[in-house]
Amino acid sequence: MKKTLKTLIAATAGICILAGLALAAEGQKDAKGVSYSFEGPFGTFDKGQLQRGYKVYKEVCANCHSMDYVAFRNLAEQGGPGFNEEQVKALAATFTVRDGPDSAGEMFDRSGRPSDRFPAPFANPEAAAAANGGAVPPDLSLITKFRPGWFGTFNQLANGIGGPQYVYSVLTGYEEASEEIKKEMPEGKSYNPYFANGQFIAMAPPLVDGQVEFDDGSPNKIDDMARDVSAFLAWTAEPKMEERKSMGFMVMIYLAILAGLLYFVKKKIWHDQH
Amino acid sequence: MSGPSNYQPKSALGRWVHERLPIVAFAQDHLMSFPTPKNLNYWYAFGGILAVMLVVQLITGIVLAMHYTAHVDMAFSSVEHIMRDVNYGWLLRYMHANGASMFFIAVYIHMFKGMYYGSYKAPREILWMIGVLIYLIMMATAFMGYVLPWGQMSFWGAKVITNLFSAIPFFGEAITTWLWGGFSVDNPTINRFYALHYLLPFVLAGLVGLHIWALHVPGNGNPTGINVKSSQDTVPFHPYYTMKDAFAIVVFMLLFAAFLFFAPNYLGHAVNYLPANPLVTPAHIVPEWYYLPFYAILRAIPDKLGGVVAMFGSILILFVLPWLDTSRVRSGTYRPIFKQFFWIFVLVCIGLGYLGSKPAEGLYVVFSRILTAYYFLHFIVILPLIGLLETPKPLPSSISDDVLAKKKPMVPAE
Amino acid sequence: MSTAVHADVNRRDFLFIATGAAAAVGAALTAWPFINQMNPDASVLAMASIEVDLAPLAEGQEITIKWRGNPVIVRHRTLKEIEAAKAVPMAELKDPVARSEVANDGDPATDENRTVKGHEQFLIMMGVCTHLGCVPQGDNPAKEFAVVEGSTKTGGWFCPCHGSHYDTAGRIRKGPAPENLLVPEYKYLSDTKIQIGA
Repeated sequence: MKKTLKTLIAATAGICILAGLALAAEGQKDAKGVSYSFEGPFGTFDKGQLQRGYKVYKEVCANCHSMDYVAFRNLAEQGGPGFNEEQVKALAATFTVRDGPDSAGEMFDRSGRPSDRFPAPFANPEAAAAANGGAVPPDLSLITKFRPGWFGTFNQLANGIGGPQYVYSVLTGYEEASEEIKKEMPEGKSYNPYFANGQFIAMAPPLVDGQVEFDDGSPNKIDDMARDVSAFLAWTAEPKMEERKSMGFMVMIYLAILAGLLYFVKKKIWHDQH
Repeated sequence: MSGPSNYQPKSALGRWVHERLPIVAFAQDHLMSFPTPKNLNYWYAFGGILAVMLVVQLITGIVLAMHYTAHVDMAFSSVEHIMRDVNYGWLLRYMHANGASMFFIAVYIHMFKGMYYGSYKAPREILWMIGVLIYLIMMATAFMGYVLPWGQMSFWGAKVITNLFSAIPFFGEAITTWLWGGFSVDNPTINRFYALHYLLPFVLAGLVGLHIWALHVPGNGNPTGINVKSSQDTVPFHPYYTMKDAFAIVVFMLLFAAFLFFAPNYLGHAVNYLPANPLVTPAHIVPEWYYLPFYAILRAIPDKLGGVVAMFGSILILFVLPWLDTSRVRSGTYRPIFKQFFWIFVLVCIGLGYLGSKPAEGLYVVFSRILTAYYFLHFIVILPLIGLLETPKPLPSSISDDVLAKKKPMVPAE
Repeated sequence: MSTAVHADVNRRDFLFIATGAAAAVGAALTAWPFINQMNPDASVLAMASIEVDLAPLAEGQEITIKWRGNPVIVRHRTLKEIEAAKAVPMAELKDPVARSEVANDGDPATDENRTVKGHEQFLIMMGVCTHLGCVPQGDNPAKEFAVVEGSTKTGGWFCPCHGSHYDTAGRIRKGPAPENLLVPEYKYLSDTKIQIGA
């Protein structure tokens, strides 16, 4: 039994080695190790932080980045930023949504409703590329799930892929390039060693200190805004995280109890054979 | 193995059914009273675990199919719709995705168990070969399932794997075009993969039926590898092994739940949360972990056709394993030299998996070639030779003797 | 000795029952997500209300809109139609209950209970025949229970599937349908705008 267990653990470890071997893109610097309230098996989102992050997204990111998979109604759902229905109605109405066709066959603009998804700033990827010097700003709904901030099998098992940290690091990671790097830097790009696709990023530094005024008077330096918006984007990527973890906790306890009971049942049944 | 049923219907209705369809007797013979060696250890529980995982995958899959849309423009967003809007959709999808990995963990342990205890030896060759067929179809099913979310790795994985067939001389290009239904992986491809991904699990279920049938003809093997000699050696399957397996299944579910609820994306690839883009290849294309050893073998051979042949060969060679092992002793427990080579082989497979995840360059290629060569050597040279040269340890006279010998002296019961 | 055996048997039974109960509870709880996934999802529920502009609808006109996947009939009734509906004695009705979510449960099927006070000219109801779900046609071709107003609108509805006749208030008068056409929950946001659904 003990030997079996040991081998099982070894086998699982072996599989983990195989599983997590994601590879870093050339030259990407490991994301900064900022920590968030939602880390770990019991971590939950900080509602105030998500609300601030939403404001940063709306006032800054939304000008170029879409968020196709998120609907306004999601902002009022359990385990999210905790806006109430009225607030969501009001903030949805600040967006313009293309709808139609109407009875005359024309498309028309109307104000957003909670059931709408966030409207994209550009009509299609081609328009987005044309307006942004050839680079399409990626959709942000899932960015913290598809852009790892760091690599390594055990590192990712213990610390996650560092998605929110990646967003934070890119937002705060603009640096003055050395003369040598500057020579290679294409026109219109900025130097950012945290960026996943090479060190030159088409996005100009998007944040300046004090840019977004928070309703709760929270600090709004670049660092604070980057932290808040990256937390918000962790939620948009995994809106059911809190439900998942709390259910997981119950399931694990239940399975542990059932395993214990079955162990004794098995022992009882095998008693006469031993 | 099982003699005529001793099932006696108790009610008139029971008798009426029994005379027309003796299904209760059949179930009792094969699930309840089936005589099973009393010395099976927990490695033998993985068959039961696999049956449960197949059912989990079938049920979650059917349910996901109620919400999924197989279309290049909608597949990705329909998966996000499942994750965000469908009631418990996130749970069902994470169950299905992690369930696939758990299925493979269990199947690999099950296969290595079979190799260690010589489960493939006469008279269980067909049992083993059906198992290899199940494994092949499992791999095809998992591959097609991975394409369905239509992320970047879905698309490029599909493209790379289907391109394997272009290595076939003369007909290669025609075959890939036929597989794709076009000039690249596109909408016709995702549709047919969806249809097959739905179909194949039922084929698997049928094969599992044959696998169990083939198991129940000679009866279970056991860790000593010696045949059952008397009823002293066996216990009825129920309740002894139903409860032992149930315990093992629940412990396995704990591992499953740990991944499912606390690291649901760890066994996948981050880049698959980026919608498929036929114009941009991700920096590193790596298959799911369970294909990695074969991927390493594929890349170890510097020739396109050769790589494909080696890769398929590495699985197909398992079909003839029963005839490559020349030893007359079944169980590795009594084969001191085989035992060491067995563990080396396990390490080689894990090593190949590691190399499969690394870029095909420099030392990685060298090691891939060495380990690939060893993989084949193990089957073609080492196994036949050990069987001829090694002196096995003495076998116990019977299963129950072996069980008694391992027990500490017991305090007499009151 | 016999008590010891007895105690052992009891303990054994308790253990088996407890384990069986735990497994059964777990199986039942596990079944729920698999059942509930077929219920309307969050995006469907979010679309459960729509707004309709009544201003372009002239007297005697009717539109059909889709709400929750079903047709909703919105009719701007003529005075004649309203009068005809109000003149029907309750005793003549096949289904005397209003079937109206803008009235109270069990209210009588008067024309008043099937419309909103002050907006009697607008009849808003599900275009789903209470027999087996077909869409009743306006301008009842059989012209029974309808208002014949020269050569124009006749009012009333007729279900082509199995021949149910509804009058100008959408009440069942003849044919196999058991109930009046359902008036869904709606409210006036302004004099010319309604919201159907909550």
